[in-house]
Amino acid sequence: MTRRAALSAAGFVLTCGVLTPYVVMLLTALKPDAELRTTPPRLLPLHWRPGNFLEVVADPGFQDWLRVSLVVAAASTAIVVLAAAPAAYYTARHRFRGRTAFLFVVLVTQMFSPTALVVGLYREFFELDLVNTYAALILTNAAFNLAFAIWILRAFFASIPKEVEEAAAVDGCGRLGALVRVVLPLSLPGLVTAVIFAFIAAWNEYIVALTLMTAPERKPLTVGITSYVTAYVQHWNHLFAASVIAIVPVVVLFALIERHLVGGLTAGSVK
Amino acid sequence: MRGRRWEALLWLGPSLALIAGVVFYPAVALVRASLGRYSITGVLSGFVGAENYARLLEQPALPTVLANTAVWVAAVVGVSVVVSLGLAQLLHQAFPGRWLVRAALIVPWAASLIMTAKLFVWIYDYYFGALNHLLTSLGVLAGPVDWLGEDSTVMGAMIAVGIFVSLPFTTYVLLAGLASIPGEVYEAARVDGASTWTAYRLVTLPLLKPALLVAVVLNVIYVFNSFPIVWTLNDRNPGFGHDTMITYMYKIAFKSALRDVGLAAALGVVNVALILLAVVVYLKTVRWEEAGA
Repeated sequence: MTRRAALSAAGFVLTCGVLTPYVVMLLTALKPDAELRTTPPRLLPLHWRPGNFLEVVADPGFQDWLRVSLVVAAASTAIVVLAAAPAAYYTARHRFRGRTAFLFVVLVTQMFSPTALVVGLYREFFELDLVNTYAALILTNAAFNLAFAIWILRAFFASIPKEVEEAAAVDGCGRLGALVRVVLPLSLPGLVTAVIFAFIAAWNEYIVALTLMTAPERKPLTVGITSYVTAYVQHWNHLFAASVIAIVPVVVLFALIERHLVGGLTAGSVK
Repeated sequence: MRGRRWEALLWLGPSLALIAGVVFYPAVALVRASLGRYSITGVLSGFVGAENYARLLEQPALPTVLANTAVWVAAVVGVSVVVSLGLAQLLHQAFPGRWLVRAALIVPWAASLIMTAKLFVWIYDYYFGALNHLLTSLGVLAGPVDWLGEDSTVMGAMIAVGIFVSLPFTTYVLLAGLASIPGEVYEAARVDGASTWTAYRLVTLPLLKPALLVAVVLNVIYVFNSFPIVWTLNDRNPGFGHDTMITYMYKIAFKSALRDVGLAAALGVVNVALILLAVVVYLKTVRWEEAGA
């Protein structure tokens, strides 16, 4: 009993340690301008100002960034699923020449964040005259989040007995019909995981957006909100109000898929 | 048989097209750029062979940047893995409130790195930051420290944030490893009279080795590639004194007055080669043919 109490205490300390910075974020977001620079600094606001959140939401700049983030994340997630599902299905169901090579290539792409390739990506989109376009950002996000979706979906597809599918095919569904009507619904948890992961990864992406999206109305949230704090203006409360708005939904979504994350990220190596 | 080949291409086609267009093509463009000379506006004005690589070796900042990168990767990965071993052990036990700890641990993982990095710029602030206030109130520090401005503290401050955001992934990988160890192994150890620590050292750690290797190698790749933390926390400091290979490359390509595409591309090729090396180690570690099965 005391052992459990000790474990709970340790867990409590850990929780506080992890969350304290984000509590500072939330409390700073709730401070009026005048209270950002007090000596000594105070943790709690003297005057609570939830209005900061309303000001951020009403800011046309913020609305632009939010729209870009939503469009880019949604479109790249759709592409990820449309490209990954057939590939995952085919490699889970069939052995064919080139299968190993294909999975090898997918695994290698997973190890490469766009960071190392950013100079090459910029050259490509500069030469194609696609700098500052949604297409460039959407395709880059889709390509680099593809691998995770393929691993997760493959694992789910492989776990569905072939007989279920054959029964559906006998009942008059074609191969594609069996995939859409039988296999995909049965793999729904995997599909949800792939969708949430791809969406969050694109939502949080920074370096490619920083490099490609230089027009103010084309910046996503990660890049746009940094303009709340520059050498000339220091709206830390607005920066953190915007950050809280961006972080809370993804934490909730992330918690939903937590069970499947490690398997997808380590490509089946941790059983 | 021939029909089957085309069939495979049909199912894999969209994925292959994406990978070819947005992973391989940029890699080729990177290598090509590393062999060229560019105007300040980014237009190719001719090929120069290995000249950019030769110039890279002559950069006075290169030894510092390489040393910074080694310290950054070794410290963040080393400390993250050791701390995560403890955290995973804790979260592997059942206790009231465990779900809350697991939920809290997700936050730094899910949150945008750039937002977390900005948050720490604020916490580290010389005048108004929470950290200086906390440490001076507790009497740990006699006076405030300019964490992100002093040459002696910047790297440590960045490493601390790097560890903070690496802990969740590392802990979860090790938790998955712990979950795969059958309980009977521990009972056997207990019957043999092993103490808790002895059982951990002689039973748990060896069985955890595969998960541990995966955590180390993947973290090396992630941390080497990490951009937002160093970029944000170090942005007040001029020059390349606290940059890693990634931020150094980025500054040469897109920031500083240099705007030297060829040199940055040569650096990019070196970075890609270093990551490929780590990938090879990873593939050997996981015996990748089992991957995803």
